[in-house]
Amino acid sequence: MTTTYAVLSEGLEKRFGQVRAVRGLDLAVAAGTVCGVLGPNGAGKTTAVRLLTTLLPPDAGSARVAGHDLVREADAVRRRIGVTGQYASVDGDLTGRENLRLFARLHRVPGAAARAAELLGDLGLTEAADRPASTYSGGMRRRLDLAASLVRRPDVLFLDEPTTGLDPAGRNRIWEAVRRLKADGTTVLLTTQYLEEADQLADTIALVDRGRVTQTGSPAEFKALVGAHAEVVVADPDAMAKAAAVLDQLTGGEPSFDRERNAVGAVTRDITLTLPRLVRELDAAGVPLLDASLRPPTLDDVFLRLTATEGPTDTEELTDTKEHAA
Amino acid sequence: MSTLAYDGTALLGRQLRRLRNNPGLLILTQTMPITMLLFFAYVLGSALAMPGAEYRSFLVPGLLVATAANGIMTGMFQAAQDTHRGVTDRLRSLPISRAAVPLGQAVADLVVTAAGTVPLLLVGLAMGWRVEGSVLGAVGAVGLLLLFRFATTWAGILLGLLTRSEEAAGQLGGATFVLPLLSNAYIPTDGMPGWLRTVAEWNPISAATTALRDLFGNAPVPDGAAWPVAHPVAGSLAWCAVLLAVCVPLAVRRYAHGER
Repeated sequence: MTTTYAVLSEGLEKRFGQVRAVRGLDLAVAAGTVCGVLGPNGAGKTTAVRLLTTLLPPDAGSARVAGHDLVREADAVRRRIGVTGQYASVDGDLTGRENLRLFARLHRVPGAAARAAELLGDLGLTEAADRPASTYSGGMRRRLDLAASLVRRPDVLFLDEPTTGLDPAGRNRIWEAVRRLKADGTTVLLTTQYLEEADQLADTIALVDRGRVTQTGSPAEFKALVGAHAEVVVADPDAMAKAAAVLDQLTGGEPSFDRERNAVGAVTRDITLTLPRLVRELDAAGVPLLDASLRPPTLDDVFLRLTATEGPTDTEELTDTKEHAA
Repeated sequence: MSTLAYDGTALLGRQLRRLRNNPGLLILTQTMPITMLLFFAYVLGSALAMPGAEYRSFLVPGLLVATAANGIMTGMFQAAQDTHRGVTDRLRSLPISRAAVPLGQAVADLVVTAAGTVPLLLVGLAMGWRVEGSVLGAVGAVGLLLLFRFATTWAGILLGLLTRSEEAAGQLGGATFVLPLLSNAYIPTDGMPGWLRTVAEWNPISAATTALRDLFGNAPVPDGAAWPVAHPVAGSLAWCAVLLAVCVPLAVRRYAHGER
């Protein structure tokens, strides 16, 4: 069986003056999956989405979105996609209902009023339906934006940082909506700075840095790249060497020592290693164990690892990312 | 064309709903010209050599055109606001005609302007201004006024799409306030220094104002003026044609490409 791609881009380029915002973007998103496009601020995520949603003409390269050529069949693409981002918003001077009716009419959806009411119900906005959108809270506004991109049941939905700036409750409501859409077979491409978001929602992750995709894979594959971190604390400093030998055998990772705490750590690439096995092996070797932990890698570890070698600017942006995430 | 009409109508509805939800703005844009009319007629007019009643007849067409020229300001502000707030991109992501959005905005503005002209004319009538020419001329005057508004709105839409920032558009829009001051809308140009008179008479507002004065029968076409003022109806139509021919394609193109 061949995979059908809802988004397939080859060498997409976009330049703003001297700045090459997107330089050779190759991205493949299988139909019916959720793809998380992950990257620091300024990596080109937003420009990539604006290109793939026909909002910007590419300077070079090509792409097919929902089965249609991005440039030559732009209107056909527009009929099959939905887009939500900070730049593709609703009209604050109209009520939620008026907004959705307008977009439904413009999308030629039969029964625009009924569709608007249905979406307002789905996204928990019925009570606020007849208030101007400018009076909505951040979370409500974002759900209305999402509703506006769903009026025609898109084949491919683009969400550009859908939960940036939302509180946990607001974020969860957006996540629920994305999971429902995926269950209905909608392909979702979402950009995010939040690794947890990608971990929660995405089937595949595309890591974007400096305008191109630098790595793709499932969240598990990304985590396997980094591995889990095992750490043991022993009662007697003399036992550290023995503990290190066991860890070395189990993990194959280079042991690190913390002499103040009598702790030995190592990174394991073996994602089947479990804590009971670690404890059993250490105990069998006669290591006087006080504490042991096996922390699975977070995507944060992966992200830091994969972008750590990139130089000072990216480190600054990563700091930013961490602040936003916190 | 039928899709353009359908989309344009939907977007016209959007603009009218916005005004209904935001009546403060509507009240401001409607009362401002009346305030200006009263101010010029009775404050400034009291110090002019021209007799008061004559000046008020002279002033009403000028104020109508000066108000129509505000199309630059409102067109620019709205286009920049929509772009800045992301409404433009939301609309651009839809499978609709690239011309529908600016066209819907310009037509909606025209409807509001046409409605807003009525109270202004009523205040003018109360001040003693009259249609002193033929009915046909008066109809032509109103038609020309609306065409002028339509053209300046498109110029504003283009500028708004170029500036994009709400703040910049607000400031630039405020600056358009001087445009009618550099014309014959409020005072005759004959007393101005030669070079300023030339600038003022090549201001499209002057041609349109002179045309309205002529068509309403309020004041004759001044002697020895620059071509657009000496031939005010042809001059005004030419100005509108030039504005539309330049601004409509550029605005639609700008809108379609959406560079930022």
